[in-house]
Amino acid sequence: MAKSLTTYLDELRDSRVWRSIFRSGPGQSNLHHALVVQSNVFLHLFSVKARKRVLDFSVTWYLGALTFGAFLILVITGVLLMLYYHPAVPLAYTDMKDLQFVVSSGVFLRNLHRWSAHAMVLLVFAHMFKVFYRGAYRPPREFNWVIGVVLLLVTLFLSYTGYLLPWDQLAFWAVTVGSNIASAVPVFGHRIRFLMLGGNLVNANALLRFYVLHCMILPLTAIFFIAIHFWRIRKDGGLYAGTPTTVAEKEGEA
Amino acid sequence: MANEAEREKHGDPDGSLNRRQFFVRIGLGSLAVAGAGTAVFAYQFLSPNVLYEPSPIVNAGKPESYPPDSVTLDPATGIFVAREAQGFYALSAVCTHLGCLTAWKPELGIIACPCHGSKFNRDGTKIAGPAPRPLPWLRMWLSDDGDLMVDRSSPMAVRQFVRI
Repeated sequence: MAKSLTTYLDELRDSRVWRSIFRSGPGQSNLHHALVVQSNVFLHLFSVKARKRVLDFSVTWYLGALTFGAFLILVITGVLLMLYYHPAVPLAYTDMKDLQFVVSSGVFLRNLHRWSAHAMVLLVFAHMFKVFYRGAYRPPREFNWVIGVVLLLVTLFLSYTGYLLPWDQLAFWAVTVGSNIASAVPVFGHRIRFLMLGGNLVNANALLRFYVLHCMILPLTAIFFIAIHFWRIRKDGGLYAGTPTTVAEKEGEA
Repeated sequence: MANEAEREKHGDPDGSLNRRQFFVRIGLGSLAVAGAGTAVFAYQFLSPNVLYEPSPIVNAGKPESYPPDSVTLDPATGIFVAREAQGFYALSAVCTHLGCLTAWKPELGIIACPCHGSKFNRDGTKIAGPAPRPLPWLRMWLSDDGDLMVDRSSPMAVRQFVRI
């Protein structure tokens, strides 16, 4: 009789090459599952086990995971858009139009990037409301809330810097208004605006600065804080299960 | 031995530094100097020394090209040139609220900002809206060639008409 697929997979997992990459090897025990998570550089940010209840949809509405999903879509579509975009005046606008009308699937990627950006802002706020109303920000998770606020600001700055890149009228005036709001800061306002725009006008320097912020500095900042945010969930005792309110829940917890 | 560890940690009882504390202070001091240097370096690097921005001085053309009793917007330079019985004057068309370009509304006889609804009279005084200040008058003069010249970088405190 032919070997089953599971057997092949087990043999693969037991091979020397596989075990040199993933140390855990084959096995179905709890210890084995724990080792898989623990010995993986990405997965080890998370807990090796979670209470079944916290994985229910109603507990988190999966808002944090959905936000991260939107972020991943934005990174992938964003990198692809970079291949056809020159952050220069007046090329930026024509490149954006080329992405819409000339590049194969360009309009799909651009719209996916745009809608995911809107979705991410919405999801970040929804995630924060959910965390707030469940009381999941309370000790020992208070520092993770602070990191979440930093991530909210990074998300908003990403949206704002990305808004200039099409270099159309909407972008130009939005950033003119936004940079003038920044110049309302007492004493240093005009210096802040000058550094932000790399000049006195929203011009080629401003476009390039916003591009570098949007494609390098802010995404790297986001990844840095997302890693801490995920790791802190484990360190602060896993996802917040909440206080059981009904007798049935209390028995379920016990 | 305990005395030795105590000295290592807190220094001599008379307040003088031991070797370790001395080097820790040297190290922290160097880091502070390097940090301050990095801040100055970053600030200077991020401030461009040469800007390829248009000149603040604008040639607004011949006075005859403006009809009598008119307000004309030049969107490229962001100035209004107004001609009245008393003479010519130039206004900044950049809204004093958040920098949008205002427009002359001939049917209403006012200057209006499309962004947040500020309204100004044709002499720049504020009628309504979030704008905190009136539109400033800009220095205007007649060049040797007979062209109207406007300096966008020098708002005038006193109103002066250019008479032809």
